[in-house]
Amino acid sequence: MTAPLLVASGLHKRFSRGGKTVVALDNVSFEIGQGETLALVGPSGSGKSTVARTILRLIEPDAGNIHFEGEDFLAQHGARLRAGRAKLQMVFQDPLAAFNPRATVARVLDDPLRIHDLADRAHRPKIIASLLDRVGLSPNLRDRAIHEISGGQRQRVAIARALATKPALMVLDEAVSALDVSVRGQILELLLDLQEAENIAYLFISHDLGVVRSIAHRVAIMDAGRIVETGPAAEVVANPKSAIGKALVAATPKLLRKA
Amino acid sequence: MSFFRRFSRSPEAVIGASILGVLVVMALFAPLLFPRDPLSIAGPALLRPFQDWSLPLGTDRLGRDVLAGLFHGARTSLAVGLASAATAIIIGTIVGTLAGFAGGLTDEALMRITDAFQTVPGFLLALAFVSVIGPSLFVVVLAIALGTWTGPARIARAEVLSIRERDYVASARVIGMHPLEIAFREVLPNALPPVLALSSVIVAAAILTEAALSFLGLGDPNRVTWGGMIAEGRTVLRSAPFLSIIPGIALVLTVLGVYLAGEGAVETTAVRRGRS
Ligand SMILES: Nc1ncnc2c1ncn2[C@@H]1O[C@H](COP(=O)(O)OP(=O)(O)OP(=O)(O)O)[C@@H](O)[C@H]1O
Ligand SMILES: [Mg+2]
Repeated sequence: MTAPLLVASGLHKRFSRGGKTVVALDNVSFEIGQGETLALVGPSGSGKSTVARTILRLIEPDAGNIHFEGEDFLAQHGARLRAGRAKLQMVFQDPLAAFNPRATVARVLDDPLRIHDLADRAHRPKIIASLLDRVGLSPNLRDRAIHEISGGQRQRVAIARALATKPALMVLDEAVSALDVSVRGQILELLLDLQEAENIAYLFISHDLGVVRSIAHRVAIMDAGRIVETGPAAEVVANPKSAIGKALVAATPKLLRKA
Repeated sequence: MSFFRRFSRSPEAVIGASILGVLVVMALFAPLLFPRDPLSIAGPALLRPFQDWSLPLGTDRLGRDVLAGLFHGARTSLAVGLASAATAIIIGTIVGTLAGFAGGLTDEALMRITDAFQTVPGFLLALAFVSVIGPSLFVVVLAIALGTWTGPARIARAEVLSIRERDYVASARVIGMHPLEIAFREVLPNALPPVLALSSVIVAAAILTEAALSFLGLGDPNRVTWGGMIAEGRTVLRSAPFLSIIPGIALVLTVLGVYLAGEGAVETTAVRRGRS
């Protein structure tokens, strides 16, 4: 057994706003292996995005540990953290909000290559073209502004940007929720292909159990800041043990009919 | 193209732009039309306007050509107005962006400095600065900027505070971008529009401040300024009021033109943004 890619243990996070405090994470622990997809499901406000932002070091937990590729990720700061970020990428829910409104497709993909010094200036256009190709986009899109392409194309660009630094783990926070059904299927297909080709692990946040069952190896169910249940995806979806898991499955009628 | 069409539909904007256009032409062609030093004596002293067609607007107490002064003064007014407004906007935007983006102690410190500058009236600040360092065009520009950068700084900071919570700033961090690059390349350009919307007011105020400084004798002594002309004419206000009135009208029209054109531009872009 090789060590897991990411180990999060005992994460706590509370937010205080206007005198009220919200416990967003309450002793959250989980692991993700190399090339594995862990789905994180739970009702709105249960803390899924907070988990994502914490392990990406976009917010700092109040307590807990995160080990990534065997190293203490929370101990990294400054230039070392910025360099380490290459291996841990994210795709956001709203593909329009996730890009600078002034950016072009080429600039978006050029940034990570330049920042992590992955190719010199002369070679970057070729790499950008191959990144676009890998996510199924025409290289002709490179000079388009981000607001000039469709939502599905935008999410593909976001995936290409995340791929540029050859990550070991990609966090997808409701990355397909904003897309219409046919585009969603194509993007899921693309994610599965990429995983097979590059052995990327996914933390896949979703509230759609149908999608989760088709893409995830394991599922963790969150409720009110805690992980209440974890297990193999098919098992948890077919026979949830926790009350909130049962409620989530019950709220997905299509799934019950199939089962 | 459609910007100009919509802009031209507003009569105020067109009046403002026309005044500005005339002013710019005056400023640009002043050295060609009046190649002589406007501070040199051109004819008899205190010649009234429309008497001698080689000196259409007459002469001042020392026999200097008023029309030449008006043209060369337009140069100074515009140059100082634009340069100090640009300086104020650049300083303000940088300070505001750093404060809003860094947060914490940096924000606290920068905003206290901004407060300190804001409590002193801008004109007093400029007055003190020029009196201490001595009048030259560069010092005047800096002095005016010193009293006006706080407005842009506050607006930029407020805008940056809202922008820094957006997902695209988070994605810039995720790809490992340096915080300074995020602040100045990702955030600042998107925080600019509301600051630029203020620029016509800043330019107009800067032109007025420059005139006031020159009126008090604190302008660059080697340049003709409208404020200086007004002050010069004041000593003979009873016998030759035109000497103060002519540059005064030029000043009022300029400020009005800058303001109207600026408002027109802001409104036009706002309409466009609202529609799209
Ligand atoms: N920056 C913040 N300041 C204050 N409270 C916050 C902040 N971010 C999240 N919260 C609170 O923390 C809790 C968890 O939020 P989070 O966004 O992680 O939920 P979620 O599971 O992603 O929900 P959704 O499915 O709606 O995206 C919520 O109660 C939320 O209001
Ligand atoms: Mg969320």
